[in-house]
Amino acid sequence: MEFLKQPWTWYAAGSIIGLIVPALLIFGNKHFGISSNMRHICAACFPANIAYFKYNWKKEIWNFFFVGGIIIGAMIAIHFLNTDRPIVVNQQLSSELAGYGVTDFSGTVPKQLFSFESLFTLRGFIMMVVGGFLVGFGTRYAGGCTSGHSIMGLSNLQVPSLIATCCFMAGGFIMANLILPFILRL
Amino acid sequence: MSQEQKISDQTIQAPMPNLINDDMDFEIRSLDSMCINDSQQQHPWWYNFKYLTIGIVFGIVFVKAEIISWFRIQEMFRLQSFHMFGVIGTAVVVGMIGVALIKKFSIKTIHGESISFHPKKFNKGQVYGGLLFGMGWALTGACPGPLFAQIGTGALVISVVLASAIAGTWVYGYFREKLPH
Repeated sequence: MEFLKQPWTWYAAGSIIGLIVPALLIFGNKHFGISSNMRHICAACFPANIAYFKYNWKKEIWNFFFVGGIIIGAMIAIHFLNTDRPIVVNQQLSSELAGYGVTDFSGTVPKQLFSFESLFTLRGFIMMVVGGFLVGFGTRYAGGCTSGHSIMGLSNLQVPSLIATCCFMAGGFIMANLILPFILRL
Repeated sequence: MSQEQKISDQTIQAPMPNLINDDMDFEIRSLDSMCINDSQQQHPWWYNFKYLTIGIVFGIVFVKAEIISWFRIQEMFRLQSFHMFGVIGTAVVVGMIGVALIKKFSIKTIHGESISFHPKKFNKGQVYGGLLFGMGWALTGACPGPLFAQIGTGALVISVVLASAIAGTWVYGYFREKLPH
């Protein structure tokens, strides 16, 4: 049990995530992917006569079960496998963040940036609302996210997925290094 | 497929002529093949609990390997840590081996159905959308999977991020025909 409570290594985590690809295929011919859940939610709740949301979403219910499992798994991990030790962050990053007033490394999300209070500040609004919008808009525009393109697509040797993955990384590099410092200073 | 299922599929499709199908002008399948259910079989709803189980394992890995940490994502995009590259790299290699074995030995599903793969076609959305998503990823520190996991860990404010992501998805659907693909 103590062993499971340690932060898991990259190779253990990567191997398990990699095994999810064949597991979903073998358990029911399902292709690993998460962001299309948000499309199914739109199709189920607010289709608004938009062609993109007019399809038989009920056929995709398995994916809601899959993300439901992710939420339950996260609850299990945080309640039964947690050590309350703050995450070990790269020295350079922690000193940079300290300059923006981010000093609490205890949660999975920095509490000083992501909270209901900071939602009403310009910085919090950009990071949560604009950031979330870009995630939803961008993943559908690209046709997939890290799971659908970077893991499932690359596993199936798809060149478009490689292009998409490179663009995910490029977008992230640009934001984290060139734009985010200005947002964090707000 | 039984006669009854065929009839029910037809009745679902009949009143919706705009229903997404493979013949749309820009390759709907290559745009959206992820997560589209390829199984032709119909099972009772509780069969879906097998996906719940796989999801639980995924959720635990997300938390324990700190993949859902905003800090780990910042480290990745600043090249300050190998961790996330290691996770994604290993997952791709293991996934590749799994897919290769399924193809080589024509492995079938546990219900005896043959497993289908679809090639993706390139379109400009993968570039524009990819860049936009990458920016959102660096801001929120989460791709769609970790968003759900973060909410599970009790970071309830992330449900605002998720709601905004769903809104982004909807807005994409609304403007889709006007966007370059």
